[in-house]
Amino acid sequence: MNDPGPYRPLTYFQLMEVSLRELLVEKGIVSEAQIAEEVEAMRKRGYERGARVVARAWTDPAYRQRLLASGTKACEELGLEVPALKLLVVENTPQVHNAVVCTLCSCYPRMLLGIPPEWYKSRNYRSRMVREPRAVLAEFGLQLPDSVIVRVHDSTADMRYLVLPMRPAGTEGWSEERLASLVTRDCMIGVAVPTVAP
Amino acid sequence: MRRSHHDLGGQPAGLVERHEHDYADWERRVDAMCVLLGAKRLLTVDERRLAIETMAPEDYDRLAYYERWVVALGQTMIQRGLVTTDELKRKMVEVQRRG
Amino acid sequence: MAEARFRPGDAVRVVEAYPLGHVRTPHYIRGKTGIVERLCGAFPNPEELAQMRDGLPPVPLYRVRFRQADVWPDYRGAAGDVLEVEIYQHWLEKP
Repeated sequence: MNDPGPYRPLTYFQLMEVSLRELLVEKGIVSEAQIAEEVEAMRKRGYERGARVVARAWTDPAYRQRLLASGTKACEELGLEVPALKLLVVENTPQVHNAVVCTLCSCYPRMLLGIPPEWYKSRNYRSRMVREPRAVLAEFGLQLPDSVIVRVHDSTADMRYLVLPMRPAGTEGWSEERLASLVTRDCMIGVAVPTVAP
Repeated sequence: MRRSHHDLGGQPAGLVERHEHDYADWERRVDAMCVLLGAKRLLTVDERRLAIETMAPEDYDRLAYYERWVVALGQTMIQRGLVTTDELKRKMVEVQRRG
Repeated sequence: MAEARFRPGDAVRVVEAYPLGHVRTPHYIRGKTGIVERLCGAFPNPEELAQMRDGLPPVPLYRVRFRQADVWPDYRGAAGDVLEVEIYQHWLEKP
């Protein structure tokens, strides 16, 4: 009896990917090396750049103002290469909580946060976040009183959004690096807020 | 009034499942090809989005994210003349035979 | 670019129409009235870019703020909750 081993035939879609890629390479449109480099660049791009931006805004009030006025320029100020990003930073305050969704597809500030999580692209998030944001936030563990306005941004066009969360209490005197470690991807989408471990 | 199946804002839906997905290499390569071809101005994200939006509704529901993307990428590449249907067909047969 | 017709603070209504092709105005916001929050700039028209045309001249793009209660008749959050959506100028009219 033959042991088929770990081999699995390509799915239709994997077959499509291989085929498109080989054709592009054969035609000299892109090279395998370019594709591999881009894959590597995307792998390396987590949400750390976003966290750096937030931490700087927390420690430098003038930077924070510049960030809110012109998100892309402020990122470039930190030496971050953010090609094609038109960034709009929205700040949380004690009166306003911001959250971001793309109901039409999956627009996301990839240059700062990497590839979006599966749930952000899901039917359920995209459907419900504009209509019942408080219920969705509660599912994420975030309960907000009615005295805090929920401000949902539907990323329908050219802008990309980053939520600037409030700096948690008990972080006085922390270094930027330490502050950045508090800032999770979910805080910058707006489905969570940074917390200091007890 | 007629609403396209991709236009999901406000539709009734269930709980948000918060699982994370570790992307397979083929999925990352699909993404990379989209980025590279866009950067070279050989096609636009708008064309790729249209290809996803005009997919059969059952496919939109049934297919995983990058499955939709690879189909949209292929449709757009053909539309743009980067590849022809016949070239794609021959290549798919070749790859499949290779195993 | 085409001249910017609206300014922050202006009340605007989203055109209620359902054409064909690639449209970035979500279905749920058509026909609704909000306030211009800002002009984001002008960008090539995605409806045209999707058809392999250049989308020029660039179209002014606005962020419009809507009260959730004005968008959803059954909205169950707080009265002050808002929804902000980017909408191209040719989808906006005076209410």
